[in-house]
Parts: sequence; structure tokens; C-alpha cells
Amino acid sequence: MAKILDQARYKCALAAMQTVQSIPGAIPVLHSGPGCASKLNDNNGTSGRFSPNIYPCTSISEKEVVFGGADKLRSTISNALKIIDADLFVVLSGCTGEIIGDDIQEVAEEFEDAEKPVIWAKTPGFKGNNYIGHDWILKSIFEQYVRKFKGEAPKEKGLVNLFAGVPQQDPYWLGNLRELERLLQSIGLKTNTIFGFDRGLENLQKIPTAEYTILVSPWAGLESAKYLEKEFNIPLLHYPILPIGAAETTKFLRTVAEFTGADKELTESVIQQNEAQFFYYLERYADTILESRIVSKRFTVVSEAQYVIAVTKFLVNDMGLFPQKLFVTDDTPEAFREEVSQETNTLNYDIKTKVEFTTDGFDLQNQIRKMDFGGSPLIIGSNWEKKLAHELKGHFVNISYPMIEKIVINSHVAGYSGGLYLLEDIYSAALSMLKI
Amino acid sequence: MPFNFKNANVGVRENRLGSITGFSGDLDTLAHRSQCGSVKNRERCFSQSSSCLSGCALDQLISIRNVAVVYHAPAGCVALAQGEDVKFRQLAERINEKTNSVYVCTDLNENDTVFGAIEALRKATQYTYEKFHPEAIFLSSSCVSGVIGEDVDGLADELADEYDIPIIPIHCEGFKSRIWASGFDIADHAVLQGIVKPPEKKNNKIIFKNFFESARPQITELFKEIGAEPQFVYCNSTVEELSHLSEAQAMVCICGTLGTYLGNALEETYGVPYVRTINPNGITGFETWFRAIGKTIGKEAEVERYIERQRAIYLPQIEEVKRELKGLRAVIGMGPGYTYEVSRVLQELGMEVVHGLAWHYDYKYDNGQIPPALEHLLKTSPKGLKLTVADQQNYEVMSVLNYHKPDIYFSRHPGSTVWAIKQGYAALFVADEYMIFGYEGTLNFAKSILDTIKNRSFEKSLAARIKLPYTKWWYEQDTDKFLKPEGAR
Repeated sequence: MAKILDQARYKCALAAMQTVQSIPGAIPVLHSGPGCASKLNDNNGTSGRFSPNIYPCTSISEKEVVFGGADKLRSTISNALKIIDADLFVVLSGCTGEIIGDDIQEVAEEFEDAEKPVIWAKTPGFKGNNYIGHDWILKSIFEQYVRKFKGEAPKEKGLVNLFAGVPQQDPYWLGNLRELERLLQSIGLKTNTIFGFDRGLENLQKIPTAEYTILVSPWAGLESAKYLEKEFNIPLLHYPILPIGAAETTKFLRTVAEFTGADKELTESVIQQNEAQFFYYLERYADTILESRIVSKRFTVVSEAQYVIAVTKFLVNDMGLFPQKLFVTDDTPEAFREEVSQETNTLNYDIKTKVEFTTDGFDLQNQIRKMDFGGSPLIIGSNWEKKLAHELKGHFVNISYPMIEKIVINSHVAGYSGGLYLLEDIYSAALSMLKI
Repeated sequence: MPFNFKNANVGVRENRLGSITGFSGDLDTLAHRSQCGSVKNRERCFSQSSSCLSGCALDQLISIRNVAVVYHAPAGCVALAQGEDVKFRQLAERINEKTNSVYVCTDLNENDTVFGAIEALRKATQYTYEKFHPEAIFLSSSCVSGVIGEDVDGLADELADEYDIPIIPIHCEGFKSRIWASGFDIADHAVLQGIVKPPEKKNNKIIFKNFFESARPQITELFKEIGAEPQFVYCNSTVEELSHLSEAQAMVCICGTLGTYLGNALEETYGVPYVRTINPNGITGFETWFRAIGKTIGKEAEVERYIERQRAIYLPQIEEVKRELKGLRAVIGMGPGYTYEVSRVLQELGMEVVHGLAWHYDYKYDNGQIPPALEHLLKTSPKGLKLTVADQQNYEVMSVLNYHKPDIYFSRHPGSTVWAIKQGYAALFVADEYMIFGYEGTLNFAKSILDTIKNRSFEKSLAARIKLPYTKWWYEQDTDKFLKPEGAR
């Protein structure tokens, strides 16, 4: 039975077209209705080299619904190869094409000898959300494109494939990825990422040569990362916690160093330097943080699993705050729920809290209304929580999708510096309400 | 044509009005040939992603305060909810009101596509009714619920007996039409079917159909001049207000494409005069429109007094700016209503429109007549105005720009402006429907054009550093390369 989705905090599998768009040079080719891409493109930061206006699309009409759309897909792909200056074409199916039984694999494979690679991934919206679609698309790219480069080049010592938040769905996806990269490089590792500026197909081709893969994500992206482990024999470090602030970033660096055999001495000195710098800032701003009269000690997070875990750990373990009940809104698959709850509840002083997995925005907001924050609530969440925070005279920081009234261009919340940026957001929200 | 509000069926524009999305030629030829009924659509063998009618339909309906849309669809279809929640909350705040309009989605999954999920829709409707207390609920189908044959109409009929508010089915299968403006008609039909009641007594309101009512304060003042009160629809209206639409003394609309169904249906069904003129953009547009309103409600003298006053203030200033605009060459890419409207205004400002792109083409509206803005342009525009009809096919827009190399490109749809800039052309986003409204709007618009072409820093810097999305090969082809012959499927 379908669920009741009120205040959507995710989109459908086809929205993971944004994962393709985030690999420079790659473009989705949609076998979908004419309006799917424009509707799913409700983010900021999507007018890149390609945007939905450029995506080739079969724009399924009644004719295709009745007679099938394989021919339309064929002509769309073959003309896309002529018109669009892309390096990789990824055919994605939407709901209608799948229900009427068009076989995108068969059509895409007809282009095996095309000048540019044409691959495919089935992403009908009714099969899952965009967190899952992201994983399917990456797996398809690894299977159908990256595999061609298996064994082409020797392993590169110290090279790590790095994956983190879902592109565009996570507003901080690129800033966080770059910061995590920087952290890994600081302890002597070399990183290989496929998303964002100055990355692209060469990075996809390099994937098999990496010594390790690190996935920083509670669950999204795990299937494709495991595929790399199995197919290319690349050991995977699945690290479920996005490190924010000092305590978690230090743990992250030690775990990575242990796993990859990075230089321990260097790692410890990097940690010491970064922690010292982090606390230099905290020391200077402690007055503001400690003496802000209207920020209470209690907070809640309404977000994807990634930020529920990460923000909670940061605010509890670095900042000494207390979590109220937390809400995970990304439809985390059942298999990961226990782990997400446990990870969120691994906190200093054995502090515990309830974690609910829900897609019912009305209900979770009602629960927040009844919470005892012992003062002004601090709500870290999506744009949906803004209205609620206003109503409760609370402080609000938009950290995850949807993000409508805020833009994030290239900042990050990951790492030592990311913790400081998050504090800037939290205390800016507080100061804008009362500055004494 | 007779309007039937007994069921949720409203034909898409291709079928109802013979509208098309593929043509390449000039305006006179297209208009002439469509008048003798010989124009057939040209399909494309290559297309890029555009828009679907569900967005237009639902955006209209959710802008009514305190209603609900229960969307029988997978999660992606309801991705418009968050943006609209913010937008309409902000727009309600502008008039010191609140809106609690809400989208709830049945989040259809794979099992549902096999076994059906009409009970989920029933449950979601009940949930919506109990939690949000909306004043009307629209049950919307989607591509998925449409293809698997969910009986949304049947359920709405059943629920209409159970609940004390209108429960109105709407059909938003995105594959039904290439013309997303068909969604406007779907929304109008739903309001007429489920909310508008037959008139009890006439009132002094003039229905003003628009999108986001940025000029609400000015129009309210303007209508005071002629003793009338605007009833803005649908943004910020209420179910109660809409139920009285049949009692208004007239209806006007800011955009012919937007207003045809509601305007013609109210006129034909309830005798509410639909003032069909060119729209109040530019000086000719505003004066023609306002005079027609004055005539319809018998306030000609008041209108003339107003016009005289405003002319004295603004015409000299507009003339001043016009001197610098003279001879600038423009390309326009918009919905058909605005393509004709903006073309007229630019010509009025002394500019040359070298090519218009319209996202579809209605050769007639629901009264069977040619759109007034088109008719006007046919009379006033220099002959041979190049016209491409394309459902936001960006590769065709880029080809047109590359061919004409205009001084400026005018866009009106999200995501379309940047591409002109990347190709190095100045571009102005005519986002707001009131951007060229009346005397002051026309003056501000003219100034914006000047500002846009005088500081080219942004597009020059950006264009020098980016890689275009199209191959060199494409720029060497004719714009209509991928249009099939007329009538070919």
C-alpha cells in the first residue's frame, strides 16, 4: 500500500538524473514525459553546462503510450549524439515508459558502436526515491562504463575513490565532498572523485586503479560502492557518519588512516593542528555561544539520515547540547534503520534519544509542537520546518532538501571548518531574533 | 463551443482548439494558413525536456487559499509542492493573509502499478480532510495513475457524498498534451465544475485572472477610478469567493493563453462579459484594454480622464528612453500570448523583433476567434515576422539566436534565460506578468532593456569561459532540421 507523503523531502528515482548531470561531460537522456525533468529540477545550482532544458527527452505522448516508445527513444538517442556535445549519454527511464514496457536496455545497446558511450539505467519514479535512484545510476555507470577500463592501468598507491552526499539532493553535496577530499589529502592520501568542477570521465576511468573506496553516507550509495568492491576488488570503507566539527572529524581521520594505512604520525599532527584551530575559533566565539540568552540547550533534527546522525553528534559531542526526538525523512530502507538509530544514539555521557523514520510531515511537526525544549527550540531541518520554527518562536537552520529560501553555492558543513560554518548559521538565526 | 461541467473531461488544446507545437516560417503565413484550416502540426524526431500540463494545472489550483490537492502519483510528481508552499505563503503574507493550501501525495510504488491503489487515494483524502480542514479537495491523477486506469472520477463521486466540501477530480496525465497551457484549462474546468455556483445576484466585481498578482495594489486603485472592485483569481482567492464568480460584472485576464477557458466559459454559461482585447502591456495595450473595460461597464468618461492624466506624466519619460532603444534587434521566446504581446510592445518602443519563438500556437481561443494579440500584431507588425513554434526546444532557440545575433533576447520561462547569455547575448527575463503593465510598467521595462544592453559584463565574462552544450554541427543546420513534414507522425 502506498504511503501518505505529506511535505515531501525527497523526489523520485528519476530525479537522480542530477547524479548524471553532476559528472561533467555526462548527460541524461530521458525516456519520460515532457515535464518530468523540469519538475524534478527544483533546486538551485542546476544551470550548469547541461540542464534539464538540454536533456534529450522522448517527451512521451499518448501515441507512445498506445503504440510503444522504442522508436521515439531510438531517434532521440541517435539525434542527441549529433546535437549534444557530451562525452557520456545515460538513458534513464521514467514511470510511463516502464509501465508500457519499453525496453530501454535493448534500445541503448543498439548504440554500442556509437562514437560516444551510451549506457542506461532504469529509474521509474514508482520504484524508489532519488536516494535509491542515485545508487542505481552509479551502479549502472560502473557496470556499463567503468568496467571497460578494468585492468587497463595498474593500481595507484594511496589512491582513494571518495563518495559522499547525493548530488543536488544534498545541498552541501559538493562543498562537503571537496572538504572531505581535502581532509584525506591532508593525511597523505590521493583522492579520486567523479562529481563537480574539473572532474569527469577521466575520473570514472581511474576508479579501477584506486586502492580503496570510501563512502561517507549512512546508506545512500552503498550498493554501488559494494559493487566496486566486488567487481574491481577495491576494499570499501563504509563510514556512516558525515563528520562535522572536531570530535567526529578526528575520529573519521583516524579510522581512514587505520583503514588505508596512511601515515599515523602525519595523521596525528594534522588532527592536532586542526583541532587547535577549531578551538581557537570556538574560544573566541564562546561568549556569543554561551551567553546568547535565547538559545536553549535542546534541539531536534528533521532531515535525511546523513544529517540526523551528523548534526546530532556535532551538537552533542562538540557543543554540549541535548537532542530531543529526531526525525529521519529520507525513507531509509528497513535494513538500515537499526544502524541509523544506533549510530545516532552513540553519544557522549551515554545520552540517548528517540529516532523516528517517517514521511508524514504533518505528524512529525505536531510532535515537535509538543516537545519540551526548555526554552526556544532549535530546529535543524528542511525548508518545511521554517514555518514551524516561526510559529514556535524557535531558531531554524535549513540544512537539507528542500532548500528554497536559502542558497548554498560552495560552502560545506563537513569537517572541522564545516562545524564552524554550521555554528555561523545557527547563531546567525538566533541573533536575528534577539541580540542582547 | 458548449461547455460541459458535469464531468472532469476537458479536451487538451491540440484537440479542442487545433493548437500546434511545431512550425517554422513567418507569422503571416501561419495565421493565413490556419484561418483556412490548412495548418498541421510538425512533430519532432528529436526533442529536449520541456514542461507538462500538471504543473500549470496544479499551480493554479493550489494558489487558492485553504484548499488541498491529493496527488495520486509517485513522489517525484509532487516535487513542486515545496516551492509552491513557500511562494504562496509569501504571496498571502503580502496581503496580510495566510494560506494553508497543501499537497498530499499517495507516493505510488511498484505494487500499486500492478494492483492499483484507489484505496490509498481514499485514505489520503480522508487524512487530508481530517488534518488540514481544506475548503475543497482536488483529486489529481498523474501519468502513472492514468496509465494503470485508476478511477479517480468514481472515487471523487463517492467521496462527494461523504464530505461537506467539494471533492473535484482532475486529470493531469502529463503525456496527454505537449501544450502545458492545457493545464490552465484543466484548473478552470475543475473550478467551474466543482466550485462556481449559478448567480444569485450580480455584484460590482471584475474578475482579474492572473498568475502572481504583483500589481494587486495598483490594479485595486485603478479599478476604484471606475467604481469597480477586482476579484483576483486564483492566487489568494478563497473557495467562497470563487463560488460567486458567475455574479461578476465582467472578467479580464492578464494573458490570453491563461484566460481563454475560464473567460469564455463564464461568458457563455453565466453571461459574465469577457473583455477580450490585447493585454494591458505597453501603452496601446493598456489603453485598448482599459477602454474596453470602461465600455463594458459604462464608465468610458472615467477611463478617458485617467488616461489623460497618466499620459501627461509618463509619455514624455517613455519617449526619452525610446530614443536609445530605437533600432535594437530582439528575439523573443515565450508562451504564445506573451510572444505577441511583447513583440507589439517592443515595436511600439521602436525596436525590431527579428524572430519570435512561441512555445505553442493557438490559432483560435474557446470562442472560436483568433487571439486578439495575434490579430493586432498581424495588422501592425512589419510583414514577414519570423516565427518558430517549439515547446521550449532550447536547441532551436539557440539556433535562432545564432542565426540572427540579436542585441537582446527576451525569455519568460524558468531555466531558459541562461542559455542566451552563454551564447553571448544580452537577455532579459520577463518573469512577472506585470513587468510591462500600464504606463509605469512600460517605462520601467524600457529602462530595464537599456540597463541590460548597456552593462554586458556578466554575459561576456561567462560566455568567454563556458563550453556550449551543442555541437558545431548543430549550429550549421537549419533550425527546423528535426521537424518532420506537416501531419507526419
